Amino acid sequence: MNVSDSTPAMNNLMGSEADSQRTLYPYVTGTSVVGIKYKDGILLAADMGGSYGSTLRYKTVERLKSVGKHSIIGASGEISDFQEIMRNLDDLILYDNMWDDGNSFGPKEVHNYLTRMMYNRRNKFNPLWNSLVLGGVKNGQKYLGTVSMIGVHYEDNHVATGFGNHLARPLLRDEWHENLTFEEGVKLLEKCMRVLLYRDRSAVNKLQIAKITEEGVTISQPYALKTFWGFSAFQNPTAGAEGSW
Amino acid sequence: MFRNQYDTDVTTWSPAGRLFQVEYAMEAVKQGSAAIGLRSKTHVVLACVNKSTSELSSHQKKIFKVDDHIGVAIAGLTADGRVLSRYLRNECINYSYTYESPLPIGRLVVQLADKAQVCTQRSWKRPYGVGLLVGGLDESGAHLYYNCPSGNYFEYEAFAIGSRSQAAKTYLERKFETFKDSSRDNLIKDALFALRETLQGEKLTSSVCTIAVVGVGEAFQILNQETVQGLINEFEIVGEEPPPADEAAPPEQGSGAESGSSAAEQGAAPMDI
Repeated sequence: MNVSDSTPAMNNLMGSEADSQRTLYPYVTGTSVVGIKYKDGILLAADMGGSYGSTLRYKTVERLKSVGKHSIIGASGEISDFQEIMRNLDDLILYDNMWDDGNSFGPKEVHNYLTRMMYNRRNKFNPLWNSLVLGGVKNGQKYLGTVSMIGVHYEDNHVATGFGNHLARPLLRDEWHENLTFEEGVKLLEKCMRVLLYRDRSAVNKLQIAKITEEGVTISQPYALKTFWGFSAFQNPTAGAEGSW
Repeated sequence: MFRNQYDTDVTTWSPAGRLFQVEYAMEAVKQGSAAIGLRSKTHVVLACVNKSTSELSSHQKKIFKVDDHIGVAIAGLTADGRVLSRYLRNECINYSYTYESPLPIGRLVVQLADKAQVCTQRSWKRPYGVGLLVGGLDESGAHLYYNCPSGNYFEYEAFAIGSRSQAAKTYLERKFETFKDSSRDNLIKDALFALRETLQGEKLTSSVCTIAVVGVGEAFQILNQETVQGLINEFEIVGEEPPPADEAAPPEQGSGAESGSSAAEQGAAPMDI
């Protein structure tokens, strides 16, 4: 019982009155998102898993969505918060379209709007528990950025969330270059996703790849990666310790 | 306009369906000193007459930078204009903060017009007594808008407001078709010519006027006095020479002769510059 929180003067410091009104921990979560710039635009990859703690509970969660004509977003973290973010972004794009004046929000504007949203929630101690990747193309300009649940934001040629930062980024640092073709980009992303599948316990083998170019957005149908488990060490795992598993 | 029994309140309609308070507010705009705007596909020029009340005082500020890509010229109650400029600046800066992108001018003028409309529908308010020529950029290029006290707004190729603006409008109506593809410098020259029309024979010098430019790749700036005087000299000198037969001399000379004769028609000293 924190005395300082219950005195009237300090009551509202931590956001809402009752603690159940603010996010303390996530429940259903998505794991890494990986994004790269390539020759014609942006490629995003994410699996379709929604974990419930350590249980891989939901296996058809779409974590890549398009935002208006010029952007795509990928989310990791709390899925319900991502749905809230999408509701917000869809309204934003709707009002933007209602102006019908030849102006439209590009990826830079959406990224900054998201940053403001995430940072303001963090300041109220009621974060949207997500790490987001935002990519897009407008007037030939490619844009790729990320925002975290505390409002940390930056742009780069390749970004990732969560485990992707530790497992995928090093691969991208070595192998990414300015003029990747679509096929090369997909191959590179699949390489990253395969490592994540092997090493991230919350990864599932069902993924989507989203592409955005000047022409528009395509999000692929779900598919699985080929994996190889035929290592000799796996053949007789309990050889050295009978009875264990 | 004459006084009548329906003009006390902005919330009282006249039997003819008019809101007299709003119309009186538009009169206030007509009494202010002239402001002119013109635009090409890529640039907008704002110009205004800047007369000070006495030699001892400074000039009334009538052109305001709203953002790097938007500027406004006002005519009417300059205090109201200052307050609205502050509102415009606020809106632009808030949008830039959220979206890291400039607020498209078309959306700004709608917000301004909606703000003005509120004052025509509250019994405890009065309409803003200022007309604003808002010039700026959005994704499709350069635009010029006029915002009324009534809450209406219109887009223009070129426009003039304030006292003796009709003379400028006549000049602009004649020449506006050339503005779309005009160069930045020719646009400024046309603005100066239009401004001269409103002075009705008085000498046009940089001390009585203010010029501002904004364009694609050029942030909004008010030109300094020397630059303006230099431009005035450039076209005035050319204007004083007898109009030659050759086409090499650009519009300046042609319009110089024309504006001279229209000034003469009105009884003012012909081409007194």
